[in-house]
Amino acid sequence: MAVGIIGYGAHIPRRRIKVEEIAKVWGADAPSYKKGLELMQKSVPGLDEDTITLSVEAARNALARAQIDASEIGAVYVGSESHPYAVKPSGATVAEAIGATPACHCADFEFACKAGSEGMFVTYGLVKAGLIKYGLAIGADTSQGAPGDALEYSAAAGGAAFIMGADEDKIIATIDETYSFMTDTPDFWRREHQFYPSHGGRFTGEPAYFRTVTGAVHGLLEKAGLKPKDFKYVIFHQPNGKFPKRVGKMLGFTPEQIETGRVVPLLGNTYSGASPIGLTAVLDVAEPGDRVLMCSYGSGAGSDGFVLTVRPRARETRDLAPRTRWLIDENVRYVEYGEYAKLRRKIRLAAE
Amino acid sequence: MPPARSWRKYPQTYRLEAARCKKCGATYFPPRLICPECKGRDFETFRMKGTGKILTHTVVRTPAHEFAGQAPFAVGIVQMDDGPRLTVQIADVDFAELRVGLPVRLEFRRIFCEGDSGIIQYGHKAVPARA
Amino acid sequence: MRDVAVIGVGMQKWGELWEKSARDIFVESALLAMDDAGVERIDSMYVGSMSPGIFSAQEHLESVLADYLGAKHIPATRVESACASGGLAFRLAFMDVASGMSDVVLAGGIEKMTDVSGGEATHALATAADMMWEGYSGVTFPGLYAMMAVAHMDRYGTKREQLAEVAVKNHANGFLNERAQFRMKITVDDVLNSVKVADPLNILDCSPITDGAAAVVLMPLEMAKKLKRSGAKVIGSGHATDTIALHGREDMTALKAVSEAAKRAYAMAGKRPQDIQLAEVHDCFTIAEIVVSESLGFFEAGQGGPAVERGETARGGRIPINASGGLKSKGHPVGATGIAQIVELVEQLRGAAGPRQVKNARVGLAQNMGGSGGSCLVHILEVM
Repeated sequence: MAVGIIGYGAHIPRRRIKVEEIAKVWGADAPSYKKGLELMQKSVPGLDEDTITLSVEAARNALARAQIDASEIGAVYVGSESHPYAVKPSGATVAEAIGATPACHCADFEFACKAGSEGMFVTYGLVKAGLIKYGLAIGADTSQGAPGDALEYSAAAGGAAFIMGADEDKIIATIDETYSFMTDTPDFWRREHQFYPSHGGRFTGEPAYFRTVTGAVHGLLEKAGLKPKDFKYVIFHQPNGKFPKRVGKMLGFTPEQIETGRVVPLLGNTYSGASPIGLTAVLDVAEPGDRVLMCSYGSGAGSDGFVLTVRPRARETRDLAPRTRWLIDENVRYVEYGEYAKLRRKIRLAAE
Repeated sequence: MPPARSWRKYPQTYRLEAARCKKCGATYFPPRLICPECKGRDFETFRMKGTGKILTHTVVRTPAHEFAGQAPFAVGIVQMDDGPRLTVQIADVDFAELRVGLPVRLEFRRIFCEGDSGIIQYGHKAVPARA
Repeated sequence: MRDVAVIGVGMQKWGELWEKSARDIFVESALLAMDDAGVERIDSMYVGSMSPGIFSAQEHLESVLADYLGAKHIPATRVESACASGGLAFRLAFMDVASGMSDVVLAGGIEKMTDVSGGEATHALATAADMMWEGYSGVTFPGLYAMMAVAHMDRYGTKREQLAEVAVKNHANGFLNERAQFRMKITVDDVLNSVKVADPLNILDCSPITDGAAAVVLMPLEMAKKLKRSGAKVIGSGHATDTIALHGREDMTALKAVSEAAKRAYAMAGKRPQDIQLAEVHDCFTIAEIVVSESLGFFEAGQGGPAVERGETARGGRIPINASGGLKSKGHPVGATGIAQIVELVEQLRGAAGPRQVKNARVGLAQNMGGSGGSCLVHILEVM
């Protein structure tokens, strides 16, 4: 039985802040940040946007493509590291807003930036096992970067949603193989009650991101009996514009395979939304028969890998909701650091 | 806002559920028990599409305390394509772009939050319609 | 139904009355009215007050005020219709006398708004709107009238300056009113440059927060004549509601509650708009006066703005509106406003309005409105 994505959609806030704007305030050298991170700007959520609102809009876009009744969704999972509540699942509000309640399983996921791919893995499994008819998996974040810290340039906001199913006439892309790789690697963390995360500097590179992603991809390729050249597109988790290119090269992928899914330069790192949004950008343009590899990464650390094959339905559904490239490039509004700081609540109001 | 009060409005604030009078076809948001037009008491519920246009607008600069910190923000009355009219905030728009007749769609947003420990109130705001 | 007259009026200076509580402010005005009426006893009392619970943490106001007025055991009623509470109190007092149930009735209004913070006061006023479906958007009360203004300007080409002219005129009138809260003249530029509240309305387009009360005494016309009292006859009373939410109205540039209430008052009085020589209307915001002037039938729809500009509603104009200074200059202690309008009409019809006197005033109209037009009371008075 073929199981895969029957609906997908992204949602990205419209505001952007340029690297120069942030660098200006902290006295940093913008050109070297831009060059070093291969990042020009990032998305900024409004005061009225959070992981739940982004998830609802992404889910609605996915429903528009899946063309199913939301009441048939049997599971709703939201993966994020910026859930609005510490106790009260984001998924409950999402499920209520789209009309998937009450006959629905719901849970929130977290594992730094791979929280979104976790939901994808689980819903795929539940559909494959025949436990549910359709499952909704969302990865969304509105993460914070500490002022003046390197992460401030990249921590962005956005989300992507996928509906998994087994209806032959609805599958946009089959999921052919999965592989997960994880260890306890303390590269990036946030203790409870802390507003900003902490990280291990250069330790977040080779021993964490690169070791985990390459471990996952090697395992996935071996399990699937495939090589890098068998793929048209590959999407990696993208904390900045450089890492996906470097890890891709290390693994034997070409820049052409990486580029479509590498959305970070004009978007920033959307954390749990990162590789999922990259996947939606690929599905917007891929052709039937194209093989796609997606590998997420979450600090702590782990990676979820997927092999997918695109089907003709991809062509029929892509314009039923906004394309991801359009969401990234169009209708953007630039803000200055002052407004950005207010929106990101780096300035706390007395009334609160 | 007490949890019960916001919770009972979820079908409207979360899903835009409206009602149509079966007798005369008039539409209501929120749904009603009796139709002011024909006094009918039989309705069918439907979910609004979410598209409409601005009938009038303003920019609020002196907000109530739940909305302190959000001002200035735009508010408008939207004529929904499905029939009813709503009062909503208008987001992601430059105040100079506000005009009667602006096509909009409703997007899920946070409406307000009571301090650091209260429930987060969600609902919809109008944003300029996609070109 | 008996004919009814208003033969006593009382109102003290309005403003921020720090030293006085709500009950003191009310009793002062009530005693002034009773003294003016030459009565020591009243048979019943109606008091309008919108939010004593929020402003003074006090409900059951009618019992408090009857007690403090020394009016032992009289039937007392507090009524609420947002900013039309005073007008509604007057109507019920009128009905009490007209029906023959009571002879001497006091109608008063009181609001003590300055004990609480500005934010709490704003919240209290906002409860006059649709809290479930308008308030949830954060629109605020000025925001609703601002949207009415935008719709009116878009449809009829009403100009921003015409709105400002309303405030200028009312301040020019209030300058001559000893009881007014704000007795200063302003210019159109002052209004246009004042702090923005909700586009296009600025602070000088908006009525203020005020402490104050007003009271009037009613009795059967026959009794008034026998006792040789001076005052005015109540010849018309109209009351109507409209949708609570502005978005619920078919035409957001008109006020159906006003036109319906006015129709009923004109019918009862046997009068038409052109028979009215002066009017006290509810200028909670400058746009409100313009729309109300149209809904009362003084001007065609959309012509209210140009009329102000031409001076037709100035004290010496065709139909003087708000010779008292209106809510804008006089102040707007919510529950008291409707009664203060009657006070002004009676003094004008008595010929006792001093420098504010409208010449040859014989028939006057008071229009008091709640929320964004969800309720309206219209009363027509004539010289006795």
